[in-house]
Amino acid sequence: MTTLTVNGTEYPLDLADPRVTLLDALRDRLDLTGTKKGCDQGACGACTVLCDGRRILACLTLAAQCDGREITTIEGLESHPLQDAFVRHDAFQCGYCTSGQIMSAVALLGENRAGTDADIREYMSGNLCRCGAYSNIVAAVREVARHA
Amino acid sequence: MSIATGRTQETGQGIGQSLLRPDGTLKVTGEFAYSSDLWLDGMLWGATLRSPHPSAWIRSIDVGPALKVPGVFAVLTHEDVPGEKFYGLEHKDQPVLAIDQVRYQGEPIALVAADHPETARRAADLIEVVYEVREAVTDPRKAAFDLTIPPVSVHGNLVRHQPVRVGGTFTADVVVTGEYEVGMQDQAFLGPESGLAVPAEDGGVDLYIATQWLHVDQDQIAPCLNLPKDKVRLTLAGVGGAFGAREDLSMQIHASMLALRTGKPVKFVYGREESFFGHVHRHPAWMRYEHGADRDGKLVYVKAEIVLDGGAYTSSSPAVVGNAASLGVGPYEVPNVFIDAYGTYTNNPPCGAMRGFGAVQACYAYESQMDRLAEACGLSPVEIRVRNAVSQGSLLATGQVIDTPAPLADMLRELDAMPLPGPSSLDLRELPGGVAQTTHGEGVRRGIGYGVGIKNICFSEGFDDYSTARVRVELLGDEPHVLVHTAAAEVGQGLIMVKTQIAQTELGIDRVTIVPADTTVGSAGSSSASRQSYVTGGAVRAASLAVKERLDALTADGRSLTQVLAEEGPVEETREYRHRRTFPMDPLTGQGDSHTQLALCVHRAVVDVDVELGLIKVVELAAVQDVGKILNPLALEGQIHGGTAQGLGLALMEEIQVRDGKVLNPSFTDYLIPTILDMPPMKLSILENPDPHAPYGLRGAGEPPTLSSTPAIAAAVRAATGLPLSRVPIRPDDIALAVLA
Repeated sequence: MTTLTVNGTEYPLDLADPRVTLLDALRDRLDLTGTKKGCDQGACGACTVLCDGRRILACLTLAAQCDGREITTIEGLESHPLQDAFVRHDAFQCGYCTSGQIMSAVALLGENRAGTDADIREYMSGNLCRCGAYSNIVAAVREVARHA
Repeated sequence: MSIATGRTQETGQGIGQSLLRPDGTLKVTGEFAYSSDLWLDGMLWGATLRSPHPSAWIRSIDVGPALKVPGVFAVLTHEDVPGEKFYGLEHKDQPVLAIDQVRYQGEPIALVAADHPETARRAADLIEVVYEVREAVTDPRKAAFDLTIPPVSVHGNLVRHQPVRVGGTFTADVVVTGEYEVGMQDQAFLGPESGLAVPAEDGGVDLYIATQWLHVDQDQIAPCLNLPKDKVRLTLAGVGGAFGAREDLSMQIHASMLALRTGKPVKFVYGREESFFGHVHRHPAWMRYEHGADRDGKLVYVKAEIVLDGGAYTSSSPAVVGNAASLGVGPYEVPNVFIDAYGTYTNNPPCGAMRGFGAVQACYAYESQMDRLAEACGLSPVEIRVRNAVSQGSLLATGQVIDTPAPLADMLRELDAMPLPGPSSLDLRELPGGVAQTTHGEGVRRGIGYGVGIKNICFSEGFDDYSTARVRVELLGDEPHVLVHTAAAEVGQGLIMVKTQIAQTELGIDRVTIVPADTTVGSAGSSSASRQSYVTGGAVRAASLAVKERLDALTADGRSLTQVLAEEGPVEETREYRHRRTFPMDPLTGQGDSHTQLALCVHRAVVDVDVELGLIKVVELAAVQDVGKILNPLALEGQIHGGTAQGLGLALMEEIQVRDGKVLNPSFTDYLIPTILDMPPMKLSILENPDPHAPYGLRGAGEPPTLSSTPAIAAAVRAATGLPLSRVPIRPDDIALAVLA
């Protein structure tokens, strides 16, 4: 039995098949569908979650690897200022990439890498937004970074 | 013309205000339910067996091995399609499941429903199909014109040929010619195709689906299920982007068939690779242009041959060909025109709707030509365009008079006057190649380019294009409250705000709820052709005004609105809204008032190119767009940013590479879309010259930036490199190898 700790709650998980990804475990077994599957091969960033505070791609991570680690998903944020900033700056359209963008940006702030717009772009470049809301994403992250 | 009232300005509601997305909080908390998030206990998962071959006879299909897999509930082939075996947007020529042959790689052949998605996929792999592979027809320039090529379609290999013929003078002092290609672009929405079909007690099916047009889905699904339309009920699930790719059906009929057969809910979710095979793409194009002008650069004539490859099935190819033909010379006054636009059938992936829809391909070619003409005439790119620019009263190549404001020359001058960005610093992140450290500035050249685009808004060529809105005012918690119900698909474009704002403006009530879109209200038409603000906006406005009229009559006796609603109950009205009628293009001359509205956008691109490696950094994009009336500034800017980003993708990186009918790069590691590093800051100027025929004077805004950004970037790269670069996307090799040579 594996134990996944997600957003502070412990979930025992029967991984008879150890190939289950963290992404599928979150979405299909724990009913935490806020984390999205865009490409399932680490190219789009829609499944970005935090593992012990670091951003990882849930589609490239086995659930079994996360035994004993702290996973944070979009559902685990408690009114983070980035969420409000994304809404006010219209930093998304369809919103499918947004969970991943926000989780990536949360980690970015923790990494102290949001000093300039160029920094924000560089360290957010693993998260695709097909609607092209990039300049508003930069604006939202910049605002929160400045007030942090 | 009703414009935002003082009241709405004061309260920050209504049109003209940047109302934030009502679904925004759900989207930033992960609670918004996209179609792929839907779940019912006991549901099954669907999987699709697809053809590995672009062209083959199917000699036999044995589903036996798949049926034996524990957990499998059903395996279906074309024999199990309950009703009509074919569907399609314009022609019903696409089989629900392949019958005796396959015409493209990825064509669906059989379906599996199982209790786990992996079980369903593995069972699908066990279905034994015996193919007799045929030589695929893959060259669209031969397919339609060489009679020795076997027909791919029952219609032959020509989808549509649309000529445009104006005047008879095809000689001029200055003549420039060019051949141009546009690669096959993918919409690449981030949320792959998905949906949930639930069998109903009445023998029908309830489908929760991410789509662009619920009613055209219903129209196609019901006959194939052999059900009356009222037993095929669709509800819009959360849509993870669309851009044209959800206009055709994907898994709608398949999921419904499995649900009806098994009596259980069935969910489909395509993976990314399957998504590349699960929807139509932007038509690749081969275009030959000849422009003739006098020595002052004034156009005398344009001749063009445009070939658009529609792939194996019709989809919306006829309308795409119509756009390429009718807008084939761009927003320029041209007294003599000779255009032949063709759509073809081949065994390549089917192509259909994508943002810009036929106008994108032609725009890249005619704008490339305008730059060549500028050079030949010794004029600047801006000046050549200004001298030929259309304005209100000009004729399109179709003979249609532009009877609304079209201040193209002014837009170009304004764009030209915008300040240019300074030179890039030596911060690696500002250089082509970025932190890969491929250059520290050596070999980097700057280029500036311009692009102009004209796009038809709403459906054209006589299509009965309308939307329906039901607006209801009632008391909720003792306060007046508006419910707006349409079937229009919110795909991220922000229609949900526009509908709210229109209801607020017309009814003077701030509390508005948008009812989920479904088929219990009349059709809204498609969320495409930049049309929903216009048509569904028009319907919401009309229904709101009808409700307002009744409320005004009821309150005329001095009662308050709250009192009236308490005593008389809710007031509800439903209205259909149609834009001005359009007409078919003459099949021989292309003449006719085929469009109802035309929209202009102009772009300037500044690029830095590492000419040794062919790597490109887009430094800045500036745009001027006339939208008639700004309904929501924030959302509008987002549309221009997004449309521009997709045009950037087409210019520099996005192409589905097809060889011998097979897709070589169905993944996001090999099909590249712009990242936050690729998309530069934008300067925008948004004009409001109203179209008096449209609600509030608005002009559709989502597509025009996708047209003009591509040629502007291509022109900037040409300016930086001095290379002709007659194909997009421009690949590093196109520059690096040419420079070596």
